[in-house]
Amino acid sequence: MQRSLLLKPEKCTGCRQCEMACSFEKERSFNPARSRIRIFDLHSQGRFVPYTCTQCAEAWCLHACPVDAIQLDAGTGAKVVHANLCVGCKVCTIACPFGTVNYNADSGKVDKCDLCGGDPACARSCPTGAITYVDAEQTGYDKMRLWAVKTDTQPHAQA
Amino acid sequence: MGWTGKFLRVDLSAGTVKVEDLNRDWARQYLGQRGLATKYYVAEVDPKVDPLSPANKMIFTTGPLTGTAASTGGRYSVVTKGPLTNCIACSNSGGFFGNELKNAGWDMVIVEGKSPKPVYLSIENETVEIRDASDYWGKSVWETEHGLKALHQDPLLRVASIGAAGERGVLYAGIINDLHRAAGRSGVGAVMGSKNLKAVTVRGTRGVRVKDPERFIAATIAQKQVLADNAVTGQGLPKYGTQVLMNVINEMGAMPTRNFSAVEFEGAHKISGEAMHEPRATDGKANLVTNGACFGCTIACGRISRMDPGHFSIASRPQYRDASGGVEYEAAWAMGSDCGVDDLEACTFANFMCNEHGFDPISFGSTLAAAMELYEMGALTKEQTGGVELKFGSAEALVKMAELVGKGEGFGLELGQGSRRFCAKYGHPELSMTVKGQEFPAYDPRGIQGMGLTYATSNRGACHLRSYTVASEVLGIPFKTDPLVTDGKAALVKAFQDATAAFDASGLCIFTTFAWGLENLAPQLDAACEGEWTPEHLLEVGERIWTIERQFNLAAGMTAQDDTLPKRLLKDAAKTGPAKGLTSGLDKMLPEYYQLRGWTPDGVPTAETLKRLELA
Repeated sequence: MQRSLLLKPEKCTGCRQCEMACSFEKERSFNPARSRIRIFDLHSQGRFVPYTCTQCAEAWCLHACPVDAIQLDAGTGAKVVHANLCVGCKVCTIACPFGTVNYNADSGKVDKCDLCGGDPACARSCPTGAITYVDAEQTGYDKMRLWAVKTDTQPHAQA
Repeated sequence: MGWTGKFLRVDLSAGTVKVEDLNRDWARQYLGQRGLATKYYVAEVDPKVDPLSPANKMIFTTGPLTGTAASTGGRYSVVTKGPLTNCIACSNSGGFFGNELKNAGWDMVIVEGKSPKPVYLSIENETVEIRDASDYWGKSVWETEHGLKALHQDPLLRVASIGAAGERGVLYAGIINDLHRAAGRSGVGAVMGSKNLKAVTVRGTRGVRVKDPERFIAATIAQKQVLADNAVTGQGLPKYGTQVLMNVINEMGAMPTRNFSAVEFEGAHKISGEAMHEPRATDGKANLVTNGACFGCTIACGRISRMDPGHFSIASRPQYRDASGGVEYEAAWAMGSDCGVDDLEACTFANFMCNEHGFDPISFGSTLAAAMELYEMGALTKEQTGGVELKFGSAEALVKMAELVGKGEGFGLELGQGSRRFCAKYGHPELSMTVKGQEFPAYDPRGIQGMGLTYATSNRGACHLRSYTVASEVLGIPFKTDPLVTDGKAALVKAFQDATAAFDASGLCIFTTFAWGLENLAPQLDAACEGEWTPEHLLEVGERIWTIERQFNLAAGMTAQDDTLPKRLLKDAAKTGPAKGLTSGLDKMLPEYYQLRGWTPDGVPTAETLKRLELA
């Protein structure tokens, strides 16, 4: 079963444990600036929103890369940057409509979410369930269920 | 590891920035943050220094766990001599500034001297500059933070700044980071203002490393689970914040009301954590929008509130229609119960004011409560207040005075001197509810006896965060004690003071201690930092920190005479509730406390004690 990161902003408290877990997984240090997932604090609205790569099926970044450094991981469906091939041209950062591929000045390569090979550190570290890793075909299940619960199925005596 | 091993020394008089290596021996003895920075401070500054003079220094400091994945690892502190108390001051803040400073590669920043003109300190990893802040002087914290982010074209910039209150010498001015997190108490913002330092901006991308990553991750995961499983840190604080206490403390008759003239507030339920969840009659929305976390915090007690757009206070301030930091318990108490105000929206407005202009809601509310009592007894007139009727219960007076203190002008600046100086000026020093010049927080020492000793002996003046015996006396953490008795409280206060000092030195938040003891902190520190960190070692570090703070205060001129409470709490018994008939039993606890600390009957550490703590 292919899985997908499911982000629920309404559960996010903005704690950044995910950013630390991501950077630790990739860089062996706690460095939110190097996280592939980011939390947006919409302070004036009182909202926190996690955001990262959605792993497009037809990925703009993958198609744009002139050296084929971004390749599909068939196991997870992730589009993965192969650092040994990446030349740091940044064309993928322009191609991505969502801004989730970014240049890393320290390495001279680009960074993006690769789903940690199928066990994403962000989802493991999230204390509130705002980030989960679920069946890619059922990301709407919880939302659908909420509406299902609201559906009026009381017997209508007068109907 | 844990520590970056480097710190900055910024001389504002000379306009220079130097890099220095951290003293590793001191790190072993004092750990970090409150401990290590206090060690540096007392080693370098004359205890008699005028807090608002260029000779005073201030230290922005992180702990070894700041910036790590340990839950709540986002704290920083500001250590200096406080203008409110003339004692050591250490104010701790959350938000996202501390971890950013650590990520920039710095354990702390020592600020010295006074700039000839307004400046801010810009830190971008290794690039550190003192820059002109003329355009921001006089601006609010919020304007400054937004302005500097725009100037740097960097939305990820972290800013700690002062408002007009700090610039103009409000003695309980704080330093605000991330719009609504505060190094709030003891007037550290006034010290910053006296140095012409408007703000510190930080951007860090270097990463924070630990000694043994695998062991560290395992330890932090285990301890996060302890927080999640605990009723206070896992349920009460996320849902109600510290405001979970408003109804609890009121029901046990320990809610200081109208400047401590009563111990129960009839309007408490209207300004409680529960009330913040209730839809308003006016617009059908709740005051509370969501809870929010500081960096790395898996508790998330922070309140994000949105005011009633129809409230009378908001007309002149459209920006207050947006969500921002709502009232915590201490703020709701000080500006609510202690002033007799039961209007949650007015308290929220005043709280926004405190954040926007940089002053402490506890000291502000307490000072205003004293002013209200002076006004009602006729010692303060309408002419003197600028035409405002300072009556208990007046939401209009609360809102108006918050505006005036925020501007640091006229009668607002008088209130900004704190309740001790204010009450003395108007001829009734006995009405000032302070210890060592700092205003009380929200627990009446007649109904929670341990807090009387806590306030009287706190090294930074009256404060609940130096030994929160409420945990034991009210919540039964780590064991239940009777709040109405003095027996055993001296030992309880000492144990809490020492353990708290260790937590404050680690980079983590004291709120973890509702679920954690030193045995939960130690394995995280031990995996992160060089050296061996056991609970026993940490307790010794905590006691050492407490003792050097005490030594500094004694050298600054404080004596055992200052370890006391206002007459109202020692002589006037509580009139209602479970504590009816009781006064604070401080005289029964204090001698035992000195003895347990290894101090003389005059409150001075003995030679033997100093030797035991490697201080002599």
